[in-house]
Amino acid sequence: MRSIWIMFVLMLITPCAWAQNEPGRLALNVQNITLDLSLDGLVAAAYFSEPENLNFGGHDPRDRGFTLQNLELTLGGVVDPYARADAHIIFLIEDGESIVELEEAYLTTLALPFRLQLMGGQFFTRFGRLNPTHPHTWDFADQPVINNRLLGPDGLRNPGVQLSWLAPLPVYLELIGSVQNASGETATSFLFEKGEVVGGFTLITRDVRHASDLLYMGRVKSAWNPSETVEAVMGVSGLYGPNASGPATHTQIYGADLYAKWRPLDAHGGFPFVAVQAEAMTRRYETPMQDLQDSGTYVQALWGFVRRWVAGARVDVAKGNDSADSLRDRRWRLSPNMTFYPSEFSKWRLQYNYDRAEHLDNPVHAMFLQFEFLIGSHGAHQF
Amino acid sequence: MKSLMLAVVVSSMMQGLVWAAPLRVVTTTEDLAAIAREVGGPLIEVESLTRGVQDPHHLEARPSLILKASRADLFIEVGLELEIGWVPAVLVAARNLRIQPGGRGFLDASSVIEPMEIPASSVDRSQGDVHSLGNPHYLLDPGNGQRVAHAIAGKLTELLPERGEELARREQAFVRALDEAIIRWNARMQPYAGRSVVTYHQSWSYFLRAFKLEAAGYIEPKPGIPPSAAHLDQLIRQMKAKRIGFIIIEPYFSRSTPELLVRETGAQLLVLPPAVGAEGVTTYHALFDTLVDRLTAAFGRGG
Repeated sequence: MRSIWIMFVLMLITPCAWAQNEPGRLALNVQNITLDLSLDGLVAAAYFSEPENLNFGGHDPRDRGFTLQNLELTLGGVVDPYARADAHIIFLIEDGESIVELEEAYLTTLALPFRLQLMGGQFFTRFGRLNPTHPHTWDFADQPVINNRLLGPDGLRNPGVQLSWLAPLPVYLELIGSVQNASGETATSFLFEKGEVVGGFTLITRDVRHASDLLYMGRVKSAWNPSETVEAVMGVSGLYGPNASGPATHTQIYGADLYAKWRPLDAHGGFPFVAVQAEAMTRRYETPMQDLQDSGTYVQALWGFVRRWVAGARVDVAKGNDSADSLRDRRWRLSPNMTFYPSEFSKWRLQYNYDRAEHLDNPVHAMFLQFEFLIGSHGAHQF
Repeated sequence: MKSLMLAVVVSSMMQGLVWAAPLRVVTTTEDLAAIAREVGGPLIEVESLTRGVQDPHHLEARPSLILKASRADLFIEVGLELEIGWVPAVLVAARNLRIQPGGRGFLDASSVIEPMEIPASSVDRSQGDVHSLGNPHYLLDPGNGQRVAHAIAGKLTELLPERGEELARREQAFVRALDEAIIRWNARMQPYAGRSVVTYHQSWSYFLRAFKLEAAGYIEPKPGIPPSAAHLDQLIRQMKAKRIGFIIIEPYFSRSTPELLVRETGAQLLVLPPAVGAEGVTTYHALFDTLVDRLTAAFGRGG
């Protein structure tokens, strides 16, 4: 199986290797065949005050020592006059074993009328702000607690389709709706996998019998720019889909998110800036007995105080109604960090976590030293 | 018969509407907006996505930019990878078929100029943020402004064929006025031909070539890379040895390093507008008026 992957990757890279034979024209030829190609490595060294710690994210540093958080191969390009396609393939090492994860691979239309856009394939559900993003773009070394609990350690993603509409208004208003499969380990609040335990319930196998056995997402996103130096994006999202704690149970998740950034017009290389990001979400998980209720918030602030240097702080709060369950107890965490960007294509980050969980007697202290490198195409600066 | 009449009336009204509404042109920089405004006049409405004082390398695909691009009939970019970090994302998110690259409403203005400083050997990022297609700061040569005006007129004529004559007339007027001004600017700069200056970024190459000045060095050791102490030390020695009296920087660069060079070498620091929109410059013509005024004043004083 793995060799098929390697062959697939080699096939994709071949045209660029050929282009490289002509000196000085690598980027040009890649541009001409309109293929964006990049490899991003994210590595962390971690120390935890207890070997049994509280980092459960799929890409989090989880053990004392070193973690290859992910190695992401990104490919993207225009398919034809009507669409473009993007793929993000992740390589991981777990217990010495190399693993390939098909994180995303999707088509995006460019030519639909009425400001509509269709997306199809395997993709991150566009719920909230952080879920659709890749770990190397995160401002902290680990996943927010509430994202981990409600959207899963690897983020919520599955095959499906999404339709979005940009309203023809003087203000930015985008409506997004998607349908995806509800099963698998990337849909932990939904069908997930048979035999997994959620809130004390062992999950059963559930087939897709009705339209309501798929995962539905709706999102409204708007933006506000009071001046040329300040811009804010806000959104509300909702998820509805089946869960496998019983034969007819469903889960609902609702969230609100906000991102605001200030940057003066005469910023040099993007600095200085101040950015604030917050998300709150709540889940109602039906079971054959009483419903599970979980909710949580994270708020983070980043200050690019001088060129290449960013100081940040994040507060996480989460609660469920089971003080003994490590994924549903009361928890709060404080994470200050400092990041140095030698260039746009690499970073070094030092982060401390003070982590307090109801099911543990003592707080967990954690330190991370993280670094990232990117080779290949210049990525887009998403807002 | 009645319905046919109605159809004729409605369609002519709609045509009237289409003709009356100016074409919406969105440019990535204020330089391009200023040139488009001169060529298109009242036939178009122009909006720039960035301000002249902004560093065009480091922007994001902000919703407000996406919104502007979504309404555009024509999108004009500088090209040569200047906007590579944000324009592709803006264009995808704008869902506007008219302005997709290769479409009728998309113009890469660099397609009509002769780029300088195309890397001769293989490029990688150990050389800093090198633009592999050539230096994108070409609008600082007024000759390139004329070429771009011609390309914009051509594109607008494609979109408004019935206004071709008017567009050609406006373009010629702009080019002729620049021709006369170039003679004037050259005459004023002539006494200082061959002068060497130090610039922060490799962004004045076209300007220096157009006005026969030379770059003796750059504050950045490599494009986009902040200076190290060793590089500055070498630059200071070089400036002293060659008696370089002037440092040119853009308003968005930090002043601390240039000011250190001023203290060490006694050179003059000139913070110059690199584009329309900076320092109250509102037209492409006025940009060079200001640059020539500021430089001749400084060179004259500096002896």
